[in-house]
Amino acid sequence: MGTNAVNLLYLVTIVCFVLALKFLSSPATARRGNWIGAFGMTVAIVATLVKSGVHISWEMPVAAAIGSAFGLVGARRVKMTAMPQMVALFNGVGGGAAALVALAEFHELAPPPGRIQGDISVSILLSALIGSISFSGSLIAFAKLQELIKGRPITYPGQKLVNAAVFLGCLGLGAAILTGSEKQWLLWALIAGALVFGVMFVLPIGGADMPVVISLLNAFTGLAAAATGFELSNNVLIVSGMLVGASGTMLTLLMGRAMNRSIANVLFGAFGQVSAGDVATAGAGGGTVRSATADDVAVMLAYASKVVIVPGYGMAVAQAQHDVHALADVLEAKGIEVTYAIHPVAGRMPGHMNVLLAEANVPYPQLKELDEANAEFSRTDVSLVIGANDVVNPDARNNHGSPIYGMPILNVDQSQATVVLKRSMAPGFAGIENPLFVDPKTVMLFGDAKESVAKLAAGVKAL
Amino acid sequence: MSHTATLVAELTVLVLAIFLGIEVISKVPTMLHTPLMSGTNAIHGIVIVAALIVAGSAQQDGLIRIVGFVAVALAAANVVGGFVVTDRMLEMFKKKPQAKPKD
Repeated sequence: MGTNAVNLLYLVTIVCFVLALKFLSSPATARRGNWIGAFGMTVAIVATLVKSGVHISWEMPVAAAIGSAFGLVGARRVKMTAMPQMVALFNGVGGGAAALVALAEFHELAPPPGRIQGDISVSILLSALIGSISFSGSLIAFAKLQELIKGRPITYPGQKLVNAAVFLGCLGLGAAILTGSEKQWLLWALIAGALVFGVMFVLPIGGADMPVVISLLNAFTGLAAAATGFELSNNVLIVSGMLVGASGTMLTLLMGRAMNRSIANVLFGAFGQVSAGDVATAGAGGGTVRSATADDVAVMLAYASKVVIVPGYGMAVAQAQHDVHALADVLEAKGIEVTYAIHPVAGRMPGHMNVLLAEANVPYPQLKELDEANAEFSRTDVSLVIGANDVVNPDARNNHGSPIYGMPILNVDQSQATVVLKRSMAPGFAGIENPLFVDPKTVMLFGDAKESVAKLAAGVKAL
Repeated sequence: MSHTATLVAELTVLVLAIFLGIEVISKVPTMLHTPLMSGTNAIHGIVIVAALIVAGSAQQDGLIRIVGFVAVALAAANVVGGFVVTDRMLEMFKKKPQAKPKD
């Protein structure tokens, strides 16, 4: 098919993608939007296959079938609690594909005749660099979330210098290519360096900061895809890649704002590192922890008139979302008002808690965002904190010395009583003390979140 | 079109796409941020177009064949996985409670 016809089909794809994003503005239309996006993708693939100059070989369907089977099985089998790592993985393979496209293009163009046009070289370099960083970075993010490697920041002395050196080395190789040395090994070395950099860049970032990392890497892959668009003079790649780039960047900034931390601090701060000193001071802050039994808490809940549930990553780890909904049902059957307060950075990806609760069939109008939730705590009888810690830490409001000072939090300490479900008093992820736990209005219910919530539901029912 | 003219046109499209992206995405509620990420994740699977063009180029040698093959496979995983995962998530968002699924 001629170029103009193909480009018109690509325009259809672009419109579909924009509509897909637009329909995401409401949960009622979002699913239809996703189908429109998938349709647009199909149009783009078909248009590419019939494009003049594209020769269909037997390898193509085989490769596509292998990839699709992997994607389909992965996407179908994954548990909702493992969603962040799955998204990281799909993100990584996209980045990898962009880097490989750059490699092939360079291989095709680089040996003379003639120099490669400057802007083509730049786009090849960019997609190789960004795509590779996204690939290896996403794999490390995947490994951290899957707990194949430890989630805590992995640091060593001189780390930033080494990272900077590797990155500058990659830029140096890129400069060598741009200034006319079109040797193949230069690009291979650049890709190798970028892969190493991706690994070293994500290793020092703690698991709790993964929402920021995943959305940043998402933006990277988008940018890498846009760069391949410049290599191939292809608008659908440029526009779609850039839509993703813009979206990922915005989400990253939003996450940073929700934690009151700069993106630089998230990426380079090795936040959540527990030094010996931090552990020693944890729990030594005065005040006593009151622990309660499930039956005590059940009584508190049964006689409340308004209960707010504050879920955190602990709920995801314990896979307690279905039990939480069951508990809410029991409470509602007794005429108690139940809502959920969702902090924007609770969990391991933006909106993580919403997806888990949606999986448990919780109707979404019951999920309250930060401001709306905070307006309700003063008339709440019991706040039930399930596996959340930093996002309810009053130090963020009151203690200038706290590392999380200034982060907007859910003000559960303003409710009449707070129940915190937690495994043990061990310091939370960031190793930061939480005065909420020693607040006279707080009781702790120790144990696995899933079991505790099930016991609470049984207890309330029995009353 | 001359090479430079093409580049300028492409840059124009790029910049407009940035504004368009910011515009549509700022309307997405926090509640849907996970599906947004996973949906945009599927959209950058568009790199499959580039992978197919490379894999289908006339100038084939061993390296391009292998690289093209792997690129198509990776991009296909990105596309299919991305859209299917997003659909699974969005399917769950319900306004009213429903009869519990039996499992």
